Amino acid sequence: MSAFKEYIGSFFKGLTSLLKGMRVTIRVFFRKKTTEQYPENRATLQMFDRFRGELIMPHNENNEHKCVACGICQMNCPNGSIRVESETVTDEEGKKKRVLKRYIYDIGSCLYCQLCVRSCPHGAITFDTKFEHAVFTREKLVRQLNHEGSTLEKK
Amino acid sequence: MLLNTYTDSLDFNALTQWIDQALSSVMPAWGVVLTECILIGLCLLLGYALIALALIYIERKVCAFFQCRLGPNRVGPYGTVQSIADMVKMLIKELITIDRVDRFLFNLAPYIVIISSVLAFGCLPFAKGLEVLDFNVGIFFLMAVSSIGVVGILLAGWSSNNKYSLIGAMRSGAQMISYELSIGLSLMTMVVLAGTMQLSEIVERQADCWFLFSGHIPAVIAFLVYLVAGTAETNRGPFDLPEADSELTAGYHTEYSGMHFGFFYLAEYLNLFIVSAVAATMFLGGWMPLHIAGWDGFNAVMDYIPSLVWFLIKVGVIIFVIMWFKWTFPRLRIDQLLKLEWKYLLPINLLNLLLMVIIVVTGLHF
Repeated sequence: MSAFKEYIGSFFKGLTSLLKGMRVTIRVFFRKKTTEQYPENRATLQMFDRFRGELIMPHNENNEHKCVACGICQMNCPNGSIRVESETVTDEEGKKKRVLKRYIYDIGSCLYCQLCVRSCPHGAITFDTKFEHAVFTREKLVRQLNHEGSTLEKK
Repeated sequence: MLLNTYTDSLDFNALTQWIDQALSSVMPAWGVVLTECILIGLCLLLGYALIALALIYIERKVCAFFQCRLGPNRVGPYGTVQSIADMVKMLIKELITIDRVDRFLFNLAPYIVIISSVLAFGCLPFAKGLEVLDFNVGIFFLMAVSSIGVVGILLAGWSSNNKYSLIGAMRSGAQMISYELSIGLSLMTMVVLAGTMQLSEIVERQADCWFLFSGHIPAVIAFLVYLVAGTAETNRGPFDLPEADSELTAGYHTEYSGMHFGFFYLAEYLNLFIVSAVAATMFLGGWMPLHIAGWDGFNAVMDYIPSLVWFLIKVGVIIFVIMWFKWTFPRLRIDQLLKLEWKYLLPINLLNLLLMVIIVVTGLHF
């Protein structure tokens, strides 16, 4: 008798679980679709924040960045995509100080590992979500990240 | 009887009679028959191809929506020309001759499959006055010819000289022969209620109330069993073991290329249409509009919709449900598949048939 009860029970258990599955899928059916129609939706395209498109150095409105030209990012870069060129200047108090001259970043050899951003003690560099980097010559892939005439942000 | 009051807004009887008279006036009787046969054959094949193309597009769209995608959307508006482009591609592909196959059977198999589904397709009552083959054992004939397809599949697997094809074909044979029982018994339940096997008669008896409602409990059970068995019969997921892509590459049609593969593909989708059309005819009133006794205004509005549209809507709903099954449930193992049929569906079906007979004998149906 118990075998018969189990047989009947298993039938209805199976049926309810099937209906549960169908309820889930029909909800997905009417859900908003996740497909991005990329070239057409270029204007409204939303990339997620953590996407690593390219390395940038944020500047504030006074054209000031946070890079102290310590070179830790350059040392951490496994591909040698970063070259920090610095120069030593003497300020009005007579102190010698290292300032950033040029921050050269080669996106062509960057592997987007984010080790530079993580190791930066001042949070001077970060990854942007721009991803359209196609150019015709490799030279164009080498960029200078600090803007022209920019200075170190005063604490 | 509502039957007499229902006049189709898109009447095919007038059209076919006009063609018949026009032909009779210009040629002898045998010429009329010959021309009409050729015309009907052309129309059927054209309809067959168009429905298959539409179904392939619909399947891809529905599948995409179930997976939160958009599906084909590049070729033509909303991707509507996609399946035509696929068809053109398939037509211009080479039919590769496989080494050491049974050449004759290998080339014969796809034609058997497609002939069986075209024959079944010809029996369907599409609309009022639009039925090619209509005789007293209509539904029986339809089931018989649609079962020929399994011979083609077995031949395809056997002649391909490929272990995957053979395993796929054997699975398909086991599956189709098992589920044929369920289909037959559930349809027999409805034949008991209808009292006839002629498809046009079956449709006309549902003028007042569809069999799904007039046969209440046993009809609903038979409908559900038919849906499950019909899904299995068309080799569609979750019963797609014969072509389980991950295990058997493509099952029985692994070795086929070009249009021979195209025939299997077409027949697969048309079988889906045929199974749904039979369900619509036997349970949901075929091309009959929805009538509710007493609601005369409502019935009049429903009558304005042409019968062909009614038929296609009903078939479409059932096709959607079968696609919904496919994209919801994971594939069964072969033992689970046979267990479902022999331990569950078959006993339910036999009891259900008995119940239906009791209900019809005691007059408990509507």
